[in-house]
Amino acid sequence: MTMFAVATTAIVIAMVLALTRAIAGPSLYDRVLAGNSFGTKTVLLIGLMGFLTGRPDFLDIALLYALINFTGTLAILRFFSYRKSSTAPAAPHNHTEPSQKEGAP
Amino acid sequence: MTDFTAHISPIVLLDVSLLTMLIVVAFAMLRSRHLFAVVMLSGIYSLLSAAFFVSLDAVDVAFTEAAVGAGISTVLMLGGMLLTVRREKPAAKARAPIALAVVLATGAALIYATTDMPAFGDPNSPANSYVGQLYVEDTPNDIAVPNIVTAVLASYRGFDTLGETMVIFTAGIAVILLLGAGSGRGGRKVADRAVPGHDSSDHKTSDREAK
Repeated sequence: MTMFAVATTAIVIAMVLALTRAIAGPSLYDRVLAGNSFGTKTVLLIGLMGFLTGRPDFLDIALLYALINFTGTLAILRFFSYRKSSTAPAAPHNHTEPSQKEGAP
Repeated sequence: MTDFTAHISPIVLLDVSLLTMLIVVAFAMLRSRHLFAVVMLSGIYSLLSAAFFVSLDAVDVAFTEAAVGAGISTVLMLGGMLLTVRREKPAAKARAPIALAVVLATGAALIYATTDMPAFGDPNSPANSYVGQLYVEDTPNDIAVPNIVTAVLASYRGFDTLGETMVIFTAGIAVILLLGAGSGRGGRKVADRAVPGHDSSDHKTSDREAK
């Protein structure tokens, strides 16, 4: 029980760190990674919550969240690839694109 | 009737930290003018509220929140951003005090309403004491499902849930018929051009011409 409480605290702290990165940015890829890792932390937190309350019946919800997280990240990455293919000829407008901020690869 | 007082447990501390993060995310979404960051933060907001719903034992609500909030609406908003702009226009400041007053009044009314609610987990609350008690007692024998809400949704009122599913299925078919084939790449090209010379819409038009 204490073990689960300590693990939950660690997960919550990790969630706060990922949240800080998602809010602060600065580049788009920071935010994508922060959102993805936040989803992973949510999966772990829900799994831990079940054991913390002594009813690990809801572990399959954590599995569903993992699936949603995976699909969501794929959708976001496809967004990048579409955007790149649709705005590549318009080179003068690239300086308004948010991905051109400092630190972006 | 026995007296009931809510105790501070690890789960309550977890709820408090989840709600604090929800407030932080909400303010960050309000402050940000960068729409992609807002989409990512709204996904995080949905995940946080889904975790909070699981902590409140509302598992089916958490399922819906995760699937719709973190999954589908993120994809829909990204698709909308592909067709439109990626930055929010600065809002007019003139109406801000009125909006703030409306929001504060609504919030005060909602907080005032919560003072009538029973304490969290109170066994004497109306939800736990009248007809709900019957379901709490009979569900383990009638339907061996660990979550009573799920048992009520899927079995006790199964026909109602079937009807709801039918409505959503019909709506999905209608959306597919309206959008048509070829919408997988962000939809058809939007025909109406923005008015030239209109403020800050030049980025949008040039974006479309570039396609």
